[in-house]
Amino acid sequence: MNEIVFFINKGITSGLIIGSIYALGAIGVTLIFGILRFAHFAHGDMMTLGAFVTLILTAALASLGIVLPLPLAFIAMFPAMAITACLAIGLDRVFYKPLRQAGARPVVLVMASVGVTLMLQGLIRLFAGVRSRDMFIEAPKEIFRIPFPGASRPLIITEPQVLLIVFTFVAVIVLHWFLTRSRLGKAMRAVSDNPELARITGINTNHVVWATWIIGGALACAAGTLLSMDVTLKPDLSFNILLPIFAATIVGGIGQPYGAIAGGFLVGFSETLAVFNWAILLRPIKDHLWFEVPANLALVPTQYKLMVPFLILIIVLIYRPTGIFKGRVL
Amino acid sequence: MSLLDIRELHAGYGVMSILKGINMSLEAGEIGVIVGPNGAGKSTTLKAIFGMLNITEGSISFDGTDITGIRSEQLAEHRIAFVPQEHNVFPTLSVHENLEMGAYVRRDDFSSVMDHVYDIFPPLKDKRNQPAGELSGGQRQMVAFGRALMIEPKLILLDEPTAGLSPMFMSQIFDRVIAINRTGVTVAMVEQNAKQALAIAHKGFVLAGGCNSFTDTGQNLLNNPEVAASFLGG
Repeated sequence: MNEIVFFINKGITSGLIIGSIYALGAIGVTLIFGILRFAHFAHGDMMTLGAFVTLILTAALASLGIVLPLPLAFIAMFPAMAITACLAIGLDRVFYKPLRQAGARPVVLVMASVGVTLMLQGLIRLFAGVRSRDMFIEAPKEIFRIPFPGASRPLIITEPQVLLIVFTFVAVIVLHWFLTRSRLGKAMRAVSDNPELARITGINTNHVVWATWIIGGALACAAGTLLSMDVTLKPDLSFNILLPIFAATIVGGIGQPYGAIAGGFLVGFSETLAVFNWAILLRPIKDHLWFEVPANLALVPTQYKLMVPFLILIIVLIYRPTGIFKGRVL
Repeated sequence: MSLLDIRELHAGYGVMSILKGINMSLEAGEIGVIVGPNGAGKSTTLKAIFGMLNITEGSISFDGTDITGIRSEQLAEHRIAFVPQEHNVFPTLSVHENLEMGAYVRRDDFSSVMDHVYDIFPPLKDKRNQPAGELSGGQRQMVAFGRALMIEPKLILLDEPTAGLSPMFMSQIFDRVIAINRTGVTVAMVEQNAKQALAIAHKGFVLAGGCNSFTDTGQNLLNNPEVAASFLGG
């Protein structure tokens, strides 16, 4: 039974955690692509930026001596999401909107977003330095050990991991409600479908663009915060997961929010299951196997984890370029 | 005073001018049909009304207001609806949501208008929850018409509504255009099937090379041997 517990801890839980992070990031990337028609490379750094905003607010709350039943960073995340959403609209105003209005081609906007990436990374390092920081200022993170029947080892999940999974679940439901029930949400889908017709119909494109940055920015902040609560906050934290997020976006179907969620979990689980040592699961039944079970039987060595999203990406682009949910072709 | 009045319109893409003096006027409740050979500027005229291209000279007035160079987002507020020739529905939105989007600028209760649209196009009622992109060409055209009717337009602009449809659907579409017109909506329509379209038109405009070459009632244009010889294929 211990082997199954190990599999749940290292395979399922990890997949769910990293999948949630990818999904939250990919929703923003896919919405921005659907509405504004460019790949927003600065999205990873928007996640880091959001996490730093949370850290500042958390430090402020902690210095006031506030103690709450939930981690302060999680509470501070909600105002930080609002601030990051405003920063995202600000970035759009200053860098992307002038280009759009000048009728720049999408590739120009992509290059501009690479510029914004470098700028944000520089600014974050300038003000916060390069060291990694702990998001748990007031108290160490809580770790839940749940006994598993028939096993000597418990299931292990930390408080930020629980919060992350719950937050992602709620965010997906709220997003679904917004896109299918609200007037603005439907207008967003309409603009994503056919921007010219949306304009003719009288849909206010500015409102739709704002809504896109608010959702993208807020979810980026949440993803960055929850990821750095799970590990630690570093200036290059989210830049490193930008590529899996793009893989998730493309796998799910570009411009498809539900595809982004599915793609996020698909890439997340593929990564963790590819580096999982399957020998552990085979060991108890080794007497019934015709081959010798090696000590390590991972599909991919851990150091090459980043290869997995690329492999998925290549396979999808060759065999199903529209992604799972029939998105756009790049 | 005419509902739609276009005077000496010069317009084009960038510096290239396509329209070189278009004159057109429609009274409220009329059907106006724009015909002419390819490249005569038929669809361009509609797009010029919509602010989709540069107007260099001339004026467009609607219901007594000058709307020259208006942005396409503002048309719905003037209750002008446009049905483009292609890509005229939101493919991933359901039929019902397409109609709702048509009423985007409305803040009042539009459920009676929606019922009215379902009455005119009964097939849409059965498919209301289906994505518009999965419908047949004829049904998509109904969604596009329905979407345009949601603002209860004073003027509806149709860009080749029968393009790519089978002859059976074609006459159905013309019937619907007449039905819509009878409810008091002024129609301006660009058509390739000039004979059928002129037959239902109160006014016809034959364009050639970006200018009006004939302007008359639909019936007179059909009977005009010169128009018949050069534009209606004899």
